[in-house]
Amino acid sequence: MGGMDGFGKVEPEPNEPTFHEKWEGRVMAMVRAIGANGGLNIDSQRFARESLPPEVYLASSYYKKWFLAVENQMIERGMIGRDEVDAGHALRQSPPLKRGKFTLEDVSRIMVRGSFGREAKAPAMFKPGDKVRTKNINPATHTRLPRYVRGHTGIVERINGCHVFPDTAAHDKGENPQWLYTVVFDARELWGDDADPTLKVSIEAFEPYLEPI
Amino acid sequence: MRVRALETVLTEKGYVDPAALDAIVEAYETKIGPRNGARVVAKAWADPAFKQALLDDATKAIGTLGHVSRVGDHLIAVENTPQRHNMVVCTLCSCYPWEMLGLPPVWYKASPYRSRAVKDPRGVLADFGVTLPKDTEIRVWDSTAETRFLVLPMRPAGTEGWSEERLAEIVTRDSMIGTGLPKAAP
Repeated sequence: MGGMDGFGKVEPEPNEPTFHEKWEGRVMAMVRAIGANGGLNIDSQRFARESLPPEVYLASSYYKKWFLAVENQMIERGMIGRDEVDAGHALRQSPPLKRGKFTLEDVSRIMVRGSFGREAKAPAMFKPGDKVRTKNINPATHTRLPRYVRGHTGIVERINGCHVFPDTAAHDKGENPQWLYTVVFDARELWGDDADPTLKVSIEAFEPYLEPI
Repeated sequence: MRVRALETVLTEKGYVDPAALDAIVEAYETKIGPRNGARVVAKAWADPAFKQALLDDATKAIGTLGHVSRVGDHLIAVENTPQRHNMVVCTLCSCYPWEMLGLPPVWYKASPYRSRAVKDPRGVLADFGVTLPKDTEIRVWDSTAETRFLVLPMRPAGTEGWSEERLAEIVTRDSMIGTGLPKAAP
């Protein structure tokens, strides 16, 4: 939602609790547990949240989005039925999770972020200092190229290694590792002549998002 | 409500042990929070060699500090200077260095911050009561991949000779996101 207008002020909350209500913590924990042992990778989870209808996405709290998305994902994959959630009980047997039941022994494993770096199959196409343009792509599938930078010119600042490619991983089409760069844009390139002249914005861009100039 | 219903279904299907869910919630409520990041920042302020190592490879540098949380790959520390102020956002979802700062606050995950940080960061900073000099460069890092960013704020004047423990107390969560500054020395 980078660059959208009209959402109003940012409202920091002093001494904010980790969770405002108990159910939020349960949703967070369920999503982490089912994600880890049920094979719902992070990109597929993000796609499920982005795929909520816009009026639901914009009007729902953060953990409500997590709940609605994971419920949809588990239903789509035949892990649960909507009738079972409606009933509040399991009504039939389902296949076991890929990595088995999530138990106390699994907890420490998920407290550190997984690693997304992978062996490179080809040399990086760009190097720091290169001028690049982001492609104007508008897939209906998952992508991590934000709309507000599409078709704009920036400079490669860092190479961050070769990483799992979310655009394919989200759809269970493989890790398809790609080089990842920090690409920096002048704010006037993104927002026009009235933009803050002191502002520069960077994104983390996978190589397939970029073309040389 | 539906959340409890889902948990019952998952438990009855043998997918999750509720005690494991309790442990996850408890870890985020009691163990993993901005104290971790504050210790790293304080160490960087007090120890120039550690600071350099942190800027070179934050994951590796933090890995050498046994007493701070383990940290995932591809953490990048970005340094504030008199010339440049860094600020971190995730316009696409809510990417955030959990191991360093805990779970993100509501405002970080909400539409106003996600939409405006990349376009009007000075306006966002004003919402936090922060004003920077007009000519300071502002660099906003949009966390669009599995790299994570930790802002290394400037050490406040008047803290010379302080211990790392005392320094860590003035490092606020928001100063490590870039929407705030460390507390001033008394």
